[in-house]
This record gives sequence, C-alpha cells and structure tokens, in this order.
Amino acid sequence: MKRTFLKTKAILSSAALLVALGFSACNSGNTGDANSAKSEDNAMIGAGSSFDNPLFSKQFAEYATTNGLKVNYQSVGSGAGISQLTNKTVDFGASDAPMNGKQDSALTAPVLHIPVTAGAVVVSYNLPDVKDTLKLTPAVLADLFLGNIKKWNDAKIAAVNPNVKLPDVAVVIAHRSDGSGTSNIFTTYLSKVSTDWDSKVGKGSSVNWPVGLGGKGNEGVAGLIKQTPGAIGYVELAYAVQNGMAYAQVQNKAGNFITPSIASVTAAANITLPPDSKVSLTNTEAADGYPISGFSWVLIYKEQKYNNRSQERATQLLKLLSWMITDGQKFSGALNYAPLSPAATTTAQAILKTATYDGKPIL
Amino acid sequence: MDSLFFKLTVKITIMDASVNKIALENNHADHASAGTIPEIGAKAKARIKRSYRQIKMEQVFKRTLVLMGLIMVILVLGIFLTLIVQSIPSIKAIGIKYLWSKTWDPVQDVYGAFPFLLGTLLTSFLALAISIPFSIAIAVYLGEYYPKGWLSNFLKNTVELIAAVPSVIYGFWGLAVLVPLVRSFESKIGVEPIGVGIFSASLILSIMIIPYAASLGRSMIQMVPSPLKEGAFSLGATRWEVIKSVVLPYTRSGLFAGILLSLGRALGETMAVTMIIGNTSLIPKNIFAPGNTMASVIANEFTEADKPVYLSALIELGLVLFVVTVVINMIGKKVISRFTNA
Repeated sequence: MKRTFLKTKAILSSAALLVALGFSACNSGNTGDANSAKSEDNAMIGAGSSFDNPLFSKQFAEYATTNGLKVNYQSVGSGAGISQLTNKTVDFGASDAPMNGKQDSALTAPVLHIPVTAGAVVVSYNLPDVKDTLKLTPAVLADLFLGNIKKWNDAKIAAVNPNVKLPDVAVVIAHRSDGSGTSNIFTTYLSKVSTDWDSKVGKGSSVNWPVGLGGKGNEGVAGLIKQTPGAIGYVELAYAVQNGMAYAQVQNKAGNFITPSIASVTAAANITLPPDSKVSLTNTEAADGYPISGFSWVLIYKEQKYNNRSQERATQLLKLLSWMITDGQKFSGALNYAPLSPAATTTAQAILKTATYDGKPIL
Repeated sequence: MDSLFFKLTVKITIMDASVNKIALENNHADHASAGTIPEIGAKAKARIKRSYRQIKMEQVFKRTLVLMGLIMVILVLGIFLTLIVQSIPSIKAIGIKYLWSKTWDPVQDVYGAFPFLLGTLLTSFLALAISIPFSIAIAVYLGEYYPKGWLSNFLKNTVELIAAVPSVIYGFWGLAVLVPLVRSFESKIGVEPIGVGIFSASLILSIMIIPYAASLGRSMIQMVPSPLKEGAFSLGATRWEVIKSVVLPYTRSGLFAGILLSLGRALGETMAVTMIIGNTSLIPKNIFAPGNTMASVIANEFTEADKPVYLSALIELGLVLFVVTVVINMIGKKVISRFTNA
C-alpha cells in the first residue's frame, strides 16, 4: 500500500512537471517561431488579408511560372497577418488597413506599407419594387446605419431620389459580424462624413453596431440582404459584381453621384498621396472617384537583414513586390480589383526604393 | 476529472495487489516443488520465466493506462491555464465587471460579455426545452415499443445521422429553409420579421442536439430489467402505466445524463449558430430578436482582433464559456447522483 502511495506521489509530481512544461511552452509560443522565415530554399511566406487572396493567388502563380519563385500566402486576415509579421514568422504581411498605433508600438523595427491594389465597398439593398438605382448621400447613409432612418419612404431618402417611388417598408441593416477590412473601409468612410457616427461608433474592423443584423463574410451579408425585404448592407465591390447584386450610387466629396466600378475606384486613388502611402481613400477629392474605396497594403520590414535572412532572399522579395505593383497589376481587372492609379504606382515604387539590406538600398 | 483520476488510481491499486498476489503464489509453488524434488525441471524453469514476463507485461500495460489517463488530465489543465494566462491583460484592464457590463465596443476598447453570456444561455436552454419532448419520445419508442426490426433500425440510424451531419450544413439549411419560415411566422404574430435571431438559432440547435439525449435514453430504457416490467404488467398495468411508473423512474438518471450531454453540445455549438443568430452585440429584447453567443463572437472576431486587450477579451470569453460548461456539468452531476440515490 505504501509503495502505491509513493508511486502515486511520483506520478502526481511528474504530472505537475509536465503541466509546467506545457505552460512554459505555450508562453514561448508567443515570442514567435522565427525559423520558418529563415529557410533559404523554401518559398517566400506571406500572411494576411483575405480580401487580397484571389488576386495574390493569380499573381503569385504567374510569377512562379515566369520567375520560378514560389510564394506561400496564408489568407488568415489582416490582423493575424500583422501579428505574424510582428513575430517575424513571415516575409511579408498584407493588410486592408494601415497599422494602428498599438500595432506599431509592438514592432521592433520600422515597417513599410506598399499599396498593391485597391478595393471598394458597395452599398447593396433589397427593394424588389424599386427598379431605378438608388442614390445615397453621405448624410443619408450615416442616418441609415445609425438607425435614425427607420422606413424606406423617409423624407431624407425621398429628397435625393425624387423620381423613385419608395415603399413603406422597414429598413433592416445588414453588416459584417466578423472583423474585416471591408468593415474598416466602410466605418472609416462613415466616420469621415458624419461626426455623429464618429463620436457614437467610430471606425475599425469590428465596431459596436447601433442597429442591424450581422452576417459572417461577404456571403453572409449578401445572404441577409437577398433574403430580407427592405435590407441594406455593404459588401465588397468584387463580390457584388460577381453575384449581380443591386447597389447604390454614392455622392462623393465633389458632389457627384458615382456608380462603384473598377474605373471609379482607380480614379479615387489618383490623388496626391503622402510619401508613406498610409492614407484612407475614403471621400477623396477626386471628382469622378467612388468615395468608399481603400488601398490594400503589403507590409515588409524596412531593414531586410533580420533573423539571418540572406541578401538574396531580400532581393527576391523586393523584386516580387516591384513586379506586383507594375506588371502584376494587369491581372486585377479580370478579378474585379481596381488597378493602382498612376499616382499610387509612383508612390509605391518610391517606397520600395527605401528598403535596405544591412543599411544599403536593395533596388 | 478528479473523480476519473481517483477511479484510475483505485483500479491501479487493486490491479497492483492482484499482481503481487500472483507473484507470491508462484514463488510459493516453486519453493514447495524445490523442497520435494531437488532438481528443477526445464519445464518449471520455463514456467517461472513465463510468469515473470507476464508480470512485467502486466506492469507495462498498467503504466500505459496511467499515462493515457494523465495525458488527458494534463491537456484539460493546460487548456484551462492557457485560457487564464492569455486572459490576464483583459482581466487587468476591465476587471470583474466584464461579466455584467453590456457594451462590447472594440473601437473604444470597452468589453462586456453579458449580452453573449445571455445569448449562449438563452439559445441553449431554449433549444433544450424544444428538444426534450422529441428526444424522450424517440428514446421511449425505440427503447420500449420497437426495440427491434427494420423500422426501428432505420429510425435509430436516422437519428444518429443527425449527429453526424457537419454543423455548417445545418447553418446553410437554417438560412435557406428555416429562416424564411420563421420570418413568415414572425410577420403573422406581429414582431419585426427579420427571420434570423435567437429563436431560429434555438430551433436549429434543438434539432442538432436531439440524438445525444435520444441515443443514451434508448439504451438506458432497453436496460430496464424485464422482471420489473413483467411484474408491473402482471399487476394489470397498461403499457403507458409501465412506462410512467417503472421505466421512466428507473432510467431518469440516464435520461438526465443524455439531456446534459445535449446541453453541452448546445452551449459550445458555433458555426450553425453564427450563421443564423443575427450577430449583434445588443441585448436581445425578446426571443425573436437577433443576438450573439460567446462561441459565435469568438468565431467572428478572433481573426481580426488587432489590439492586445481585444484579443485577450475574446480569450476571456472562451474562459467564461469553459467555466459555464464546467459549472453546468457539475450541477448536472449533482442532480444525477441525487436521482440515483433516491
């Protein structure tokens, strides 16, 4: 009996030891497994925005056949991409929003934002009896999503759509339930055009929606809109085009009502960009630009010599990115991405030139 | 978990004792034979060798069992500890009011789990209430009325198939079929006809959890000793009376265990609920309103949680879900043991 007791004691103490080991292992997991980005012969590793994924898949497949460089892109979401870059487990990250202050402060070295494509968020609705395209002003859009406009035949909507017979149907708001770059672009836009929205809700990839239903992903929101009479929500331009959804014209800063399209999104980005390209394309000055647009960025470290990376790997990465913002742009149109505007391409090229290896420029 | 560990050690002790006893007996027998016949035969030697090997095998087997059991214990403890450690930033920033504050606003870094806690409990218990009549009826029918035959086999397999269907398919089906039905029902009774919401999610959940209670209940009812039932029949009881006063009282702890299993599934179900609950952080005004559960919030927001406290608040949500599940299970075990003692 005593023997068993001692044994039990031994077992228990070894169990405690194992728990402690497992514990320390999960802690060290946070500081990052840096080895994955080091391996020389392996493919370039990227992670981030799921919005970019269809375009990246096409671009990287093309680049692999012409230049022989394989790129392994994990479409895990912008936030996860940024944290993987912060942990230095990937060669590049991709995000639909520029890095915020808290993410910046977690970094150990400066990061470059390189615009690689632009997308837009369209406002889609389900009003079976309305045949004409609805027009929406920024004020009406904000009032709808704040819950201030409750019926479709509200005077505020009627004022901008004088020729449309609006039904007496309740407005049902549909928004994204998952954190997403699409929500970020949309809420950034609303914060810009409505002080009320800015103070009550704010901008971000997930916000506290004052009203409405949440759907997971573009398909979730689209499903809610299609099923619910009187619903209005926002989805990515590419998704709306591919699925033939009805979407509204939105008034831009210049006062024009703009139909979202690849051309009008590219136009929105043809403005004077700041040198670091970290700018929101919402509500830009461009007269024929669609106001709810946004860049998507690839993120890399400015100093490419870290974690024993070779100069060759750094050069390969920079060449890839340089191709993506020039020749690689020709694949955008077919996939309903807006190609970079001339202004954006020039800015992106200038940013790439500032990347260094051991203090010396790479390109 | 504790009781499992205890049982394991008890079993091991018993096994240990019996192994020792065998070894003693073997030794004894060998000594006895050595006394009468001076030379130990080759046969006897081989036997001794074999019995040592047997004992060794026995110990290896026992140790494997202990190891397997321990790995489970360590895993559960490890998960629990990880959840706690990762929640610390959020616990520090928000404190205990996390549990009852009503605003979930990632932009302002304000996190309150109450709407989701409410949503989880509301959907799970509503689903349970809807599913119990069905699962008990199926259990009684399959266990008592038609325990054999092709029809009962068919029904049994169909019910078990419900558990095998991936939850995302329930989500799709719910969105395509159930939600429009609920919407027309809602417009008839005069609430806002949006279709998705707590009620739809509970309906889907109730279908998903039926098999757990039904299967366990069926096998429990089949295990009721026939002498008990025959006794009741011989006293002139009808079938309904036998079920009411013999079968159900005899099996109630088993039935309750099945219901508990269903509840556990309902609490943690993520995908199907996320697709049809409406995903809003507002507190639901009635059961037809949209809401959110803890599991669906985690599924929705985890990938894009871009601030340390936000991420930590989501992990704390997981911790709360873990604790809620454990507490409900513990209450359930208490209730079961009370039933069994009575």
